[in-house]
Amino acid sequence: MIQCKTSKAIGGMGHSLKRKEDVRFIQGAGHYVDDIKLDGMLYMDIVRSPYAYAKIKNIDISEAMKVPGVAAVVTGKDLEKYNLHWMPTLMSDTQMVLPTDTVMYQAQEVAAVIATSRYAARDGREAVKVEYEPMKPIMDPYKSMDPSSPVLRTDKPGKSDNHIWHWEVGDKAKTDEVFKKAEVVVEQHMHIPRIHVASIETCGCVADYDKINNHLTMYMTTQAPHAIRTVIALVAGHVGLTEEKIRVVSPDIGGGFGGKVPVYPGYVIAIAVSFLTGKPVKWIEDRSENLQADSFARDYHITVEMAGTKAGKIQATRFKVLADHGYTDASANPSKFHTGLFSIGTGSYDYDTAFMEADAVYTNKPPGGVAYRCSFRVTEAVQAIERITDLFALKVGKDPAQLRMENFIKKEDFPWKSPTGWTYDSGDYHAGLKKAMEAIGYDSLRKEQAEKRAKGELMGIGISTFTEIVGAGPSKDFDILGIKMFDSAEIRVHPTGKAIARFGTKSQGQGHETTYAQIIAEELGIPAENIHVEEGDTDTAPYGLGTYASRSTPTAGAAAAVAARKLRDKARKIAAYLLEVSEEDLEWEPGKFSVKGAPEKAKTIQEIVFAAYTNHPQGMEAGFEATHYYDPPNLTFPSGAYICVVDIDKETGQIKVRRFVAIDDCGHIINPMIVQGQVHGGLTQGIAPAMYEELIYDEDGNILNGTFMDYLVPTAVESPHWETGHVVTPSPHHPIGAKGVGESPTVGAPPAIANAIMDALSPYGIHHIDIPITPFKVWKALKEKGVI
Amino acid sequence: MKINVTVNGTAHEVEVEARTLLVHMIREILNLTGTHIGCDTSSCGACTILLNGKSVKSCTVLAVQANGKSITTIEGLATAEGLHPLQEGFKENHGLHCGFCTPGMILRASELLANNPNPTEEQIRWGISGNLCRCTGYNNIVKSIQYAAAKMRGDALPSTEPVFV
Repeated sequence: MIQCKTSKAIGGMGHSLKRKEDVRFIQGAGHYVDDIKLDGMLYMDIVRSPYAYAKIKNIDISEAMKVPGVAAVVTGKDLEKYNLHWMPTLMSDTQMVLPTDTVMYQAQEVAAVIATSRYAARDGREAVKVEYEPMKPIMDPYKSMDPSSPVLRTDKPGKSDNHIWHWEVGDKAKTDEVFKKAEVVVEQHMHIPRIHVASIETCGCVADYDKINNHLTMYMTTQAPHAIRTVIALVAGHVGLTEEKIRVVSPDIGGGFGGKVPVYPGYVIAIAVSFLTGKPVKWIEDRSENLQADSFARDYHITVEMAGTKAGKIQATRFKVLADHGYTDASANPSKFHTGLFSIGTGSYDYDTAFMEADAVYTNKPPGGVAYRCSFRVTEAVQAIERITDLFALKVGKDPAQLRMENFIKKEDFPWKSPTGWTYDSGDYHAGLKKAMEAIGYDSLRKEQAEKRAKGELMGIGISTFTEIVGAGPSKDFDILGIKMFDSAEIRVHPTGKAIARFGTKSQGQGHETTYAQIIAEELGIPAENIHVEEGDTDTAPYGLGTYASRSTPTAGAAAAVAARKLRDKARKIAAYLLEVSEEDLEWEPGKFSVKGAPEKAKTIQEIVFAAYTNHPQGMEAGFEATHYYDPPNLTFPSGAYICVVDIDKETGQIKVRRFVAIDDCGHIINPMIVQGQVHGGLTQGIAPAMYEELIYDEDGNILNGTFMDYLVPTAVESPHWETGHVVTPSPHHPIGAKGVGESPTVGAPPAIANAIMDALSPYGIHHIDIPITPFKVWKALKEKGVI
Repeated sequence: MKINVTVNGTAHEVEVEARTLLVHMIREILNLTGTHIGCDTSSCGACTILLNGKSVKSCTVLAVQANGKSITTIEGLATAEGLHPLQEGFKENHGLHCGFCTPGMILRASELLANNPNPTEEQIRWGISGNLCRCTGYNNIVKSIQYAAAKMRGDALPSTEPVFV
């Protein structure tokens, strides 16, 4: 049971307040980017490459220009005149806006058609004739590493191979030594496949350049509007679009999951066209374009090893990664590490030795990557550590739950320094797993499994006990273009005691309009329903770095609490003045200050705020407003204990998730209903890559499942009835002890499901199948072992 | 060409091309932007509306096919008395996050409940399996529809509090 300090009427932390934003969404009054219609607006459609790798011989726009309504066709040669045909990526690489001579992946932008209507733009697109000279693409990252492979990035002077970067962390010599002496070593190679966030709203924008006032308003599907404004100013400053002349508006966003962090070529072309024509230009991609060309997630080939004792003590881990980044490294990765936060992969276990290394290569696939609802590369890391932990348990003959219990970091050992340098803030891993085991009835499930196994039936129980790393982040480790990764809150309380609060983050469904109001309600005692929350307009909101990596609560949520505390300090001064006592004689309870020992002498926050405008002490600034920019001292480390039970049909390989219990520790909970909703959603985005989703390419670079007909986003039928709960270990360094939760379930669920399936198949000597684990893969494995 | 449609109870004469998709007519000619577009293969259901009371994916229906028919969109569900029970159900039970799939999900559920006033969880899950939600994990959508079903039957309303293990 969650204890609340505030009344239900105030609705501070711990209350399952119904969401304020829902009123518009349930009535169809949400305002998404494609709902924007401006006078004289032009529509843009994009011609895309049918080839994964080809020379462009010629682009003939003559027929397209004859299509009624078509106003212009823009090619790379046109953009080249303004030096806009290439753009930098966040990872110091370069990406084409439109190509001048070569296409590097199937569905790459080749030209843009501008027309007076959506349909005319599409007609024009069909009429553009492009002559290509196809070349043999490189689709396999291992082949790409081969010295005999042709160099893909011939645009880079002196580039002699397809290697992008090498990264490593940990103590190699010590790790090799521990492995050499270890009693037990297990090793597994795995591919974490390329997947797509597939938010139900695709990406798009309306670029609206006002020639007379030299001002650009950019409405776009972005998770980070302020950073985008700075990027535009840096890129377009030379044509006079300086930062004060740019307004970025992120309207309601139909799901983000990391996919709306990058700058896609479509946005840049729309701005360029609006700038040249002086008219608003709308670009909305369709689903096929979204799946085929927007940033992918994952695509890590990992070899993971674990060393330990025969008794089951983990001593060291070693990771080797090959990352397939497509034709450019366009990762939406704000950390200073090439592999993001992959180094969390040492897991929830108490050992001090690890080494990780990774190499990235170019291939003829779309660029990326993005996080897919995780704090960049954490899911890959957790899949590796949780799978290898199960394989280690199997090898030493221990129950995977028991082995985990014996190796967990103890709660009294926090803050705990990980072998790769992180300082885990807090956790109680034993309590989490114990609670999950009790909730699911672990012991009786193991008995049932033994009986089923005796009858030849396939039932599996899988565990994942993961540590997340979120809340980017401390300035020493994170920045975007040098801008530190603080986030912000600005609170203005009106004379009547109602407030507006603005933030540098941007909700894409997380419920910020409700939870931020609750944080302020908790600190000031103003009812959450009287606090209006706004985000997403760079003209009004304070500067912030946006919403992704579960960072909103750890950063902007913290900023809200600190800003509210500044106001409470001011309120105390005003109350002392009004009650004619000293500040030390006052005590605070949510919503009012009263005199110690004389509780009838009190002033409510509303009375105090009114006085701030009407009767404030001499020498004090009038008004009741505060702003705070919060630079977190550390990341937060949410954790979870997940247990999954599967039944598998031996004849068909069909996998049924019978039960799934998720116990999360995200520190103090702001709104239990919303936290649970986030966990449900993340779990479905966890079962997705575990069992269904993968972007599949053939040798010629054709995507084989680039639509929702064949890219399998789970429906309500595939998604099981999730059972969730929590343990609470507050983050000691966060002002309200919260940690962030949106991504934990996406990170933690895949290995629980994979471990359950492998547990079911283990009696037949089948110990690993790469995700997504499909019925066909299971059937094939059983067939190969002669089981069926 | 001109077609006649009744949308949310109001008669309209609308000029469309032969190829105009119903969803584009609704969104761009009638300016009812609560109906959304999430894919181009009639897989996601964000564009679901009621056509003569039957839920259809309006991205795969031509506007001309709606000639002489009645259309209900999300904007037409609430009445002077208040929200439709499904709208209330989704709000009370946290049945939405980003809200993009919600209008289609609610309209699909309305036909489901019209045909089956007391569906089981499994029937609800199959019943909405033509509508994708990327945010919620579906638990609370099921709960929202169960709440609305109870309300429409006149039964006692189930608790909307989150249940934890």
